[in-house]
Amino acid sequence: MRAVFFLTALVSVLAVLLISLFLLVNGLPALAKIGPLEFLLGREWSPSDVPPLFGILPMIAGSFYVTATALAVGAPIGLLAAVFLARVCPPALYRLLKPGVNLLAGIPSVVYGYFGMAVLVPHLRGSILSAGILLGVMILPTMTTLAESALRSVPESYYEGSLALGAGHYRSVFRVLIPAARSGMLAAVVLGVGRAVGETMAVIMVAGNQPRLPHSIFQGVRTMTANIVIEMGYAAELHREALIATGVVLFVFILLINLCFSALNRGNT
Amino acid sequence: MNVFDIQELNLWYGKFQALKDVSLTAADAEITALIGPSGCGKSTLLKTLNRMNDLTPDCRITGSVRLRGQDVYADLPVNELRRRVGMVFQKPNPFPMSVYDNIAFGPRTHGVKSRLALDETVEKSLRSAAIWDEVKDRLRKSALGLSGGQQQRLCIARALAVTPEVLLLDEPTSALDPISTGKIEELLLTLKKNYCIIIVTHNMQQATRISDKTAFFLLGEMVEYDNTEKIFSLPRDKRTEDYVTGRFG
Ligand SMILES: Nc1ncnc2c1ncn2[C@@H]1O[C@H](COP(=O)(O)OP(=O)(O)OP(=O)(O)O)[C@@H](O)[C@H]1O
Ligand SMILES: [Mg+2]
Repeated sequence: MRAVFFLTALVSVLAVLLISLFLLVNGLPALAKIGPLEFLLGREWSPSDVPPLFGILPMIAGSFYVTATALAVGAPIGLLAAVFLARVCPPALYRLLKPGVNLLAGIPSVVYGYFGMAVLVPHLRGSILSAGILLGVMILPTMTTLAESALRSVPESYYEGSLALGAGHYRSVFRVLIPAARSGMLAAVVLGVGRAVGETMAVIMVAGNQPRLPHSIFQGVRTMTANIVIEMGYAAELHREALIATGVVLFVFILLINLCFSALNRGNT
Repeated sequence: MNVFDIQELNLWYGKFQALKDVSLTAADAEITALIGPSGCGKSTLLKTLNRMNDLTPDCRITGSVRLRGQDVYADLPVNELRRRVGMVFQKPNPFPMSVYDNIAFGPRTHGVKSRLALDETVEKSLRSAAIWDEVKDRLRKSALGLSGGQQQRLCIARALAVTPEVLLLDEPTSALDPISTGKIEELLLTLKKNYCIIIVTHNMQQATRISDKTAFFLLGEMVEYDNTEKIFSLPRDKRTEDYVTGRFG
C-alpha cells in the first residue's frame, strides 16, 4: 500500500522534472543561438524576416502590463470581498455568495474569453485594458478564497482583545485582523499573479495580440503565453525553438512567483 | 464606593439559563474574586460587565448592571463602556505587532494621535504593569516574542493604557508558571489602589492571597458573597464550605 502512495506522489514530481527537462533541452539551444540578451531584450519579433528577429521583450512587457492591470482591477475587489465574506456578511448571505465565488472559479477560460469578446472588446478593442479587466475578474475567486481562509485562520482572541479595548468592529477588522493575516493575503495576491501570468486562452481572445511594445493600455499586446499558442502550429526549426525558449522564460517567472508564494505562506504559520 | 452594581441578573444562552438572579456589587480599590466549579457561570458574569456577551448570538439578559449608576445596556455606548472596563483574558492575547503598537492601539482607537502623548502613555502603562524594564529595549519588536508571563502583563498594560476604571480578569494566571503568577498577583495588589478589580480564579490560594471580597457560584447561582476571610474561614452555606475546603467535585 505504501508503495502505491509513493508511486502516485512520484508521478507528479516526475511530471515536473520531465517538463523542466523538456523545456531546458529544447529551449536553451535557441537561447544560445539567438543570444540571451538579443532574445530577452530584443524589441523586434519577426520570425519570417531574413534574417529572422527573435526579441521577446514586447511579449514580456505584454505579460507584465496585462498582469499589472489585472492586479489593479482584481486585487482590491478580491481582498475586500474576502474581508466581507470572512467578517462582515451575515450567514444567510454567505451561503449564497460563497457558492457564487466557487462557481466563478469553475468557468472555463474560453467562456471568459467569449464574454470578453462580446462585452469588453466592442468598447475597448483588443487591448491591455480589455485583457486586464477580464483577467482581473478571472483571478478573483483564487484571491478571494485564499484571502478569506487567511483571515479565518486569525485567532478569534485577537478580535476579542481589540473589542475589549473599545475598538469597533471595522477598526478591529482593519487594524488587527487584516494586519495579522497580512502574509496570507499577500500570498493570495501572488497566487492570483501566477494565474494571470499563465492564463492563455481568454487573453488571446481579448488582448489584440500585436507583438510590439505598447505605449498605452488602450493598445493591443501579445503575452508570452499567447505568443507560444499563436505560432506553435506552424513554427519550425529555430522559430519553434525560440517559442519553447519563450516557455522557459515563462516557466522561470512562474517559478519565482511560486517561490514568493511559499515564502509568504511559511511566514504565515 | 460601588463601581459595579448588579441586580437580579438572569442570563440565558438560548434555552439554557447560565446565570440565575445574581446580585453583586464591586467596589473601588478592592479586588473581588469569583470562584466556583467549572461551568458555573463565572466567565459569563464577567462578560456581561463589558458586554462581550454581545458577540454570542442567542444570549438574553434580564436585570440590571450599573457602572457608577449608569445602566451598561442602556445608558452607555458599548465602546465607551469597554474603554472604562478593561478585560484581560485567560490566554494572553497580544496582537501580532510590536510591543509599542500593542499598547498604543487602545489610545489610538480613542483618538490620541500625538506621538509624544502616545510615547508617554506607553511608558506609563508598561511601568504600571511592572514590565517596563523587561521590554524598554524592545518596544519595536514583536510582542509575540515575549514569554507567556510577560505577554500577560503586556495585556494588562494594554488594558491600562485606555485609563479604565475597572479591570476584569478571567483566570489570568491559569496558563502561567508559579513565578509569573506571583508577579501578576503582586501587580494586581499594587493596581488595586486605583482600580476596581474583578478576577475569576480556580485557585483558592490565589483568592485568599489577593482578594478582599469573594463570591462563590454554583450552577449559575451566587451561593455566597462576603469578605474573603469570611468565605474561607466561616462560610454560611454548607456548599461554600465544601467547595473551599476541597470536598467538592
Ligand atoms: N456561547 C455559549 N453558548 C451556550 N452556552 C454557553 C456559552 N458559553 C457558556 N455556555 C454555558 O454556560 C455555562 C457557564 O459557562 P461559563 O463559561 O460562564 O463557565 P465558567 O464558570 O467560566 O467555567 P470555567 O471555570 O470552566 O471557565 C456553562 O454551562 C457553559 O456550557
Ligand atoms: Mg471561564
